[in-house]
Order: sequence, then structure tokens, then C-alpha cells
Amino acid sequence: MGYVKGLVCKECGEAYDLTPVHVCELCFGPLEVLYDYAAIRADISREEIERGPKTVWRYRKLLPVDSAELVDIQSGCTPLLKADNLGRLLGLRNLYIKNDTVNPSFSFKDRPVTVAATMARAFGFDTIACASTGNLAASVAAHGAKAQMRCVVFIPSDLEPSKITNIAVYGPTLVAIRGNYDDVNRLCAEIADRHGWAFVNINLRPFYAEGSKTLAFEVAEQLGWRAPDTVIVPTASGAMFTRIARGFEELAEVGLMSPGVPRMGLAQAAGCAPIVTAHEANSMTIRPVKPSTIAKSLAIGNPADGHYCLKTIKQTNGLAGSVTDDEIVEGMKLLARTEGIFGETAGGVSVGVLKKMAEAHLLDPDETIVCYVTGNGLKTPEAVAPALEEPLTIAASITEFDAAFKARGEREAVPA
Amino acid sequence: MSKRRIRLFFPHDQITEPIVYLMGKHFEIVTNIRGGEISGDAGWLYLEVTGEDDEIDRALAWAAEQGVRVDPVEGDIIAG
Repeated sequence: MGYVKGLVCKECGEAYDLTPVHVCELCFGPLEVLYDYAAIRADISREEIERGPKTVWRYRKLLPVDSAELVDIQSGCTPLLKADNLGRLLGLRNLYIKNDTVNPSFSFKDRPVTVAATMARAFGFDTIACASTGNLAASVAAHGAKAQMRCVVFIPSDLEPSKITNIAVYGPTLVAIRGNYDDVNRLCAEIADRHGWAFVNINLRPFYAEGSKTLAFEVAEQLGWRAPDTVIVPTASGAMFTRIARGFEELAEVGLMSPGVPRMGLAQAAGCAPIVTAHEANSMTIRPVKPSTIAKSLAIGNPADGHYCLKTIKQTNGLAGSVTDDEIVEGMKLLARTEGIFGETAGGVSVGVLKKMAEAHLLDPDETIVCYVTGNGLKTPEAVAPALEEPLTIAASITEFDAAFKARGEREAVPA
Repeated sequence: MSKRRIRLFFPHDQITEPIVYLMGKHFEIVTNIRGGEISGDAGWLYLEVTGEDDEIDRALAWAAEQGVRVDPVEGDIIAG
């Protein structure tokens, strides 16, 4: 092992040892992991990966954990589904859905968190923590339980009861903060500064972010070790978007596939689209916004990696688009009714933006497109429930059934 | 004494205002600019602020009252 050289500032290039730091002391730029790619290239193969565990850890040499004991709840290796029904509707012949709704805590967050939790334990932390409106909190609490570490999770006090249950079941200390979104942010920054805890997306962010590269690794492997032509990625902080692009780059860098980063398509909710807005204005400066969208898992008004997302879009001749709350709900229904996948609101954002791009002829009908669906619909059922048909409620009578069935305009049932 | 790393975002009508200078003048804090950019109609900068906690809080609240957005350098910490 020993493929990790250390950390490096993304802005000024200052080098740092492999410690739980995340901001450059010189210029306050973000830090990222620096690998010894020549060593990895000499010691990695497709066959070895294919023989590996059916989890993100089959790509261990490209993750920053070296020989650390893993905190592993079996994340990753989720299906890549050929979406023929949805593709036919949108005029896309090679459309795939990366179905990341089926991770252990039901969102893609298990990918970055398994890496962060592993490093939290390796660095000797006794407490793992985060501030979240849902998906991250559940994943951190689940990994905290598996690692048997103390876990502290901060949530806004108005979080929906179903989401609180999804977190509380793992047994963390749950702290509900009264106040607006900015108040919660500021308090958590202060707590992270003062307590020696492993905040997965603060002081462990360089390690945490690396886990999302596996969304690229898996897609490439599932396509027979090649990159798709275009990907559509739901985006909040931008960490996942930039790391998916980096993942495809890395596979080429270590010789596992031919060079070729896909056209990176970024999808946001119209009620929180600071990156899309900057892209459309041809600006590289993100203007923070106050989120107002049903896609709570994407409600990051001041995205840490927003600037780098804009760079990635430019470098890959990429795309960016946003959808309204109504279009998000339509996207969720469309995915469920064509491909049998119930994604959360962020999935509705991906599919909604995909549909818009297809209708605007921004996508080639024959290119290979992967649309990422990153969280399970059972996390946000209230978003789509009002838009669904009521069940046919009848007495236990065949006459009533036939009448109700006909009234609903359904086709005649086929006799057995 | 505490040190805080913050990001100030200046909308168009605040770009020409000497906010950082005035923060140091009106409050018992030391400001140290570590990075920044002005592009087109907006700008931002990274600032290290040193002082007593209460005084830093007052200085940052004052900056926000002037129309400057104040955030941790990490951006939004609360995640989805």
C-alpha cells in the first residue's frame, strides 16, 4: 500500500501531511488528496478490481485510506440500468440510470462517508459528526454505529419527523437547532472549530469527497471500462460533481481505460441554482442564494465547490440546467413509471433536467448518457404524494370493482 | 482571543465600500486578507479575523448589516 502522498492546496499548491485538515493555512483554499499515480498504475488492473469486493472498496487503491481498517457497511456497486422506456420517450437510444437509491442508508452519501469514517477512526477520533438535512445525517449515524464511535448529528429543528426517524434509529446524539439556515451553518462551523471531532464534511472533507469518485469508477466498469459520452449529476455543494469528473480522469491516469472525461451535465433545482445561474451568466463567481425548493438534499445556497463545478463544465464542454418544483415531481413520477425506480427529489431534478436537455436537442440520440439518481424516494414521499392518484376504494364486490375500474378509464382486465 | 476564517461576499453596490478597513476601525479585531477576487459585478474575499469572540460576532454582524454576506470559508456546512 502507500499510494497517498499527502494533501495539497487546490489553489496555491502548498503541500500538507496526511492529517485531518481541510483549508490551506496560506490562502484558505480547499485541500485535496495527492496520490502517487505512477505507483498505482504499476500495481492496479481491471482483473484485480473485478475480483474485489462488491462494494466501493474494490477501488481501494484509488481511495485515500492506505492500510486503515475499514468502516464498511457495504456501500456501492449499485445497478446501472439501461433505461429503454425512458430513453424511448426522450428520444435517447443509449440512456442509463445509475441507481444509487439502493445503498445501505439509501443514498449516495454512503460512498463519501465510508471513506470519512474509516479515516476518522484511523486518525484516532472518538466522535464522528455532521450537520445535515437528511441523507448525510443518516449515513454518518449508520457508519458511526458500525464503527461504534460516538456520533453527534446536527439538524434544523423543523426537519420532517420521517427524516428524524431515519437518523435516530442508528442511535446518534441528535441536536435540533432552532434558527434559520445561516444560523445553523454558523453555529456548526464554530462547534467544528472548538471540538476535536471528526466532522465528515468539514475537517475530513478532503477524504470524504474522494468517496464520490466511485460513482465514476463503477459506471466505467459497468460500461466495459469506458466513460459515457455525457452524464447528468444532481448538484448541491459540487463535491460529487467534481469528483465524478476526477474519477473518470483518474481511471485513464492509472491506465484502466482510454482518456475521456464525459461531457459533465450539472442539474439543480430552480429554487437553489447558484451554479446554473453563474454558468448561464458566463461568470466564474458564485452568488450565494437562499434556498427555496422541495429538493432539500440539494438546498445548498453557498456551494463550497461551486467555482470548481463551473471550471469542470467549461473544461468538458458541459451543460447545466435547472427545474422547478413541479418539474421535479414530474421527473420523479416519470422515472418511477418508466423504469420502476423511486428516486427522491434530487432524482427528480436529474430526470427533469435530462428531459429538458433532450427536448432542447442538446443531447445526441445515439450518445451514451448516464443519469445519476442518488437518493431513495422513500426519504421524501411527501414531495410526490399529493401528485398521485387516489386508490380506488370499493366494497368487496366484483360489481363495484368493475364499475370503479371502468370509471377510472382503465382497460378491461384480461381474463386469466 | 479567537481566530476565525470567514468568506465575505460583496454584491455590486458594496464592492467599492471599505468594509474591511471599517471593521478594524470600529471593533477591537485584527483583519488579515488571505485571498479574494472581484469579477464583473461582484466580489469575495477570505479573511482571518482575530479578537475576542463577542467582538468578532459584533464585527461580523455589522458587516452583514452593511449588505455584505458573511460565511465560513467552507461554504455551507449543513449538507443534504
